[in-house]
Amino acid sequence: MSFISYLINGLSLGSVYAIIALGYTMVYGIAKMLNFAHGDVIMIGAYVALTCMTSAGLPPLVSVLIAVVACTVLGVLIERIAYKPLRNAASPLAVLITAIGVSYLLQNVALLIFGANNQSFQSVVSWAGLSLAGGALNITGETIVTIVVCVIIMVGLMLFIRKSKAGQAMRAVSEDKGAAQLMGINVNGTIALTFAIGSALAAVAGVLLCSAYPSLSPYTGAMPGIKAFVAAVFGGIGSIPGAFIGGILLGVIEILARAYISSQMADAIVFAVLIIVLLVKPTGILGKNVQEKV
Amino acid sequence: MKMKRVASLMLASVLAVGSLAACGNDSGSEGGESASSDTFKIGGIGPTTGDAAAYGIAVQNGAQLAVDEINADGGINGKQIEFKFEDDQNDSEKSVNAYNTLKDWGMQMLVGTVTSTPCTAVVEETHKDNMYQLTPSATAVESIQYDNAFRICFSDPSQGTASADYIADNGLATKVAVIYNSSDVYSSGIYQNFATEAQAKGLEVVAAEAFTADSKTDFSVQLQKAKDSGAELVFLPIYYQEASLILTQADRMGFDTTFFGCDGLDGILDVEGFDTSLAEGVMLLTPFTADAQDEKTQTFVKAYEEAFEIAPIQFAADAYDCIYAIKAAAEQAEITPDMSVSDLCDAMKTAMTEITIDGLTGSGITWDESGEPSKEAKAVIISNGTYEAM
Amino acid sequence: MLKNMKKTTKSNLITYGMVIAAFIIVQILTATGNISSLLEGLMVPLCIYSILAVSLNLVVGFLGELSLGHAGFMCVGAFTSAFFSKCVQDTITVAPLRFFLALLVGAAAAAVFGIIIGIPVLRLKGDYLAIVTLAFGEIIKNLVNVVWIGRDSNGFHFSMKDVMSLNMETDGQVIVNGPQGITGTPQDATFLAGILLVLVTLFIVTNLVHSRDGRAIMAIRDNRIAAESVGINVTKYKLMAFTISAALAGLAGVLYAHNLSTLTATTNNFGYNQSIMILVFVVLGGIGNIRGSVIAAVVLTLLPELLRGLSDYRMLIYAIVLIVMMLFNWAPKSIEWREKHLAFLKKKKNSPSAASAGADGRKEAR
Repeated sequence: MSFISYLINGLSLGSVYAIIALGYTMVYGIAKMLNFAHGDVIMIGAYVALTCMTSAGLPPLVSVLIAVVACTVLGVLIERIAYKPLRNAASPLAVLITAIGVSYLLQNVALLIFGANNQSFQSVVSWAGLSLAGGALNITGETIVTIVVCVIIMVGLMLFIRKSKAGQAMRAVSEDKGAAQLMGINVNGTIALTFAIGSALAAVAGVLLCSAYPSLSPYTGAMPGIKAFVAAVFGGIGSIPGAFIGGILLGVIEILARAYISSQMADAIVFAVLIIVLLVKPTGILGKNVQEKV
Repeated sequence: MKMKRVASLMLASVLAVGSLAACGNDSGSEGGESASSDTFKIGGIGPTTGDAAAYGIAVQNGAQLAVDEINADGGINGKQIEFKFEDDQNDSEKSVNAYNTLKDWGMQMLVGTVTSTPCTAVVEETHKDNMYQLTPSATAVESIQYDNAFRICFSDPSQGTASADYIADNGLATKVAVIYNSSDVYSSGIYQNFATEAQAKGLEVVAAEAFTADSKTDFSVQLQKAKDSGAELVFLPIYYQEASLILTQADRMGFDTTFFGCDGLDGILDVEGFDTSLAEGVMLLTPFTADAQDEKTQTFVKAYEEAFEIAPIQFAADAYDCIYAIKAAAEQAEITPDMSVSDLCDAMKTAMTEITIDGLTGSGITWDESGEPSKEAKAVIISNGTYEAM
Repeated sequence: MLKNMKKTTKSNLITYGMVIAAFIIVQILTATGNISSLLEGLMVPLCIYSILAVSLNLVVGFLGELSLGHAGFMCVGAFTSAFFSKCVQDTITVAPLRFFLALLVGAAAAAVFGIIIGIPVLRLKGDYLAIVTLAFGEIIKNLVNVVWIGRDSNGFHFSMKDVMSLNMETDGQVIVNGPQGITGTPQDATFLAGILLVLVTLFIVTNLVHSRDGRAIMAIRDNRIAAESVGINVTKYKLMAFTISAALAGLAGVLYAHNLSTLTATTNNFGYNQSIMILVFVVLGGIGNIRGSVIAAVVLTLLPELLRGLSDYRMLIYAIVLIVMMLFNWAPKSIEWREKHLAFLKKKKNSPSAASAGADGRKEAR
């Protein structure tokens, strides 16, 4: 019985990782950059939603929408100011470092505006969840909502990328920027759109993360951000279903390691599993294997 | 090649400007020191950025409040106090940097540092310089291992031992589960001492589950294990932020038990947006509670809220008491600001053992040469959304 | 060829000269009492970060692989050497000798970890390699936090659970105390030792880069398949660069451990945050530019300290300065602008080609 409840807890943690990882993998797949500031956009999204709910007294759904809009604008601004000038820089590392700078910036802006004290987040999910086996197993409403939202976003993103014009442009940019430009695709616009979508997802992820684990501080986004990054790599970075699978697996492994091996060494075990997976399958579970050409 | 040269030149010029600025600061502080030997210069160190920032900012505010009050009241021995607080991001190396910055400013006495590990690094430096140091909240034993250092809070061993004694003596439980932060010095220090004392007192620790700074959002496993182990009480030697998450998750999984904590839990009722009904029945050993009924505490809370628009946490109360302890010792020793740092320290060292303080964090606090305070911890229980003495 | 050699020798001499000049200036300032305590206290950390930046540059700039776990090697060096120093504190009382031995221990341990980690990791490519090094760094940090070692009259006791399970006699002394780390390490690190280590690091890296082995390493970076086809043993050279870099990071760790009396492994000092910070030094200073690494490490370590006057806005301004410096140094537009407006800074002989080479040290690889 306790195994099943651990599994459910793992699912719940994994669904949060998955939803963050979707944003990571989306930006990586198209813009080919590790956006280290993604975790901090999540934090900003959660703060915006919380402020709307508590200070302005808006209903949860409206607050989430405002947070989505705010993060979209923020994401596009960051891309324009900090990343775009470096798109053709001599080394791809330049933009990675700038992303770290942006991450510090967002954390410190939040510290100045919202203060350092932790705030307890008001859950946007009012449903208590399921209680099975006479109360021995509890699945919280937050878990179910997170997983459902995660699947909807995943399917939506895949349809968008496969079917829509803009989605096809994204795939073209992802394959070959130069050729895409020659075919008349607006590369800058497409990348900006990618950041807009990625940041909108970050807002949703932030609200769900803080609903499931209701504690919010300027540094809330940093660690889940790194874990979600690991999850995205785990599933094969750039692959949208991969991010989902990677996130869920990471959550389950983390919980089971903590339950059955050692609660002090759970982090080490998660990373060890990641290393083993990458050594066996160097591009992650669902990653494409790119042949190296001379 | 040339780009690199340009880049190097730019960096070099930044460096040059930087070092000039450093020299400027330096000469400025020296000038300042000679000009203002008419005030006591007290420095403070703690994290005001980074994920321990809440504690550092509270100490900064609490100390500032006390300094302003004392200055308005005529100062120490008729001299005003200047207070300056530096950020250490909860990192030992940055803490030593902060200490050196304050030394350049002309600091004569140190309130700090806020967190244990940096404090252990800084105490080495204050010992070398023979500078008087009083920490509001560093709990590790080594943090005040030299005779120039004192603390206002309890040490890890005393909290762990006192908690185990209290649980055993009052028959609260015989089977205890512990959830602690294994990456935190404060938490693991208390846990170790608790476990040792629990053994001596015949308490059975049925589950000891750790979490780390890198995974402090999900506590489902730790709670599940505590639940499965049949513990009658869960001991939480951790800070209130994580505790608020633990209480929420325990409620969601339908785990109803008694939670017992140390002074770190104090502040749980002030977490913004936290459903305080979840904390009903939580017991803690603490020297300070924000809504205690005595007049002193209430005046402090009111003044603090007016000045900083936020409720004080225990760190602020510790810092506030620190400044008043310094005042009392300084008056006992009849020190003046024109004395050297080392002379001040020697005078304060003796005076500290002679004074008795009635502060926010305890009444009749005294110190011995080891620097440990002797004060009574009050056991309180949270009921109807407030702390009540047990 | 001869001309080329002269150029690199000259460049190396400038770098060494810079370091020695800095040392002499600081010594004079200290002797005349003109240095602030802050700067005096910062001297050893500046050496530490310079060594780290130069050693990471070997992997990032010359081997061409992105490593995000460099702080892990520093952690290994720090903990093994601090453990060693604590154990022999009473036997070897001559501080310089003890510190020298500690350096050997720390560097050797870090090198061993470099080999152990390098063998599997170097099979991977690009961002996957980066994430695996990050994972190893985090594993090292996590494991260090769950080790307890104590010593009593019966010898050493070891545990991975908690301090109680060491089962020591009452006279026992806990040396490594789990997350509380090692306290009371002798503070043997001096500025002189730091500067000597910086010079040693520079010497090792510049000589390696200009040696036959170094050219093989750079050939792998520029085109692995072509390098393989002319008979270069790719694994051997990759591992060589990676291990040397790890050993040098271990040296920095030894300095770190012996500079403060307390040593704990947290995200900020040995976790991914630190690894990323070292990478920032390397990229800002110019990938493959050794002198740039030293300068960037010094500037970025001093910057937050010099910004202390801004109090609350300190780290905010630091972040903005970092972003602006990156844009200024790396953006193609900014490079173009600098060419136009700062033309007086450059000499005639290197004219057009630089637009693409830009700040990129990879192509120049001096």
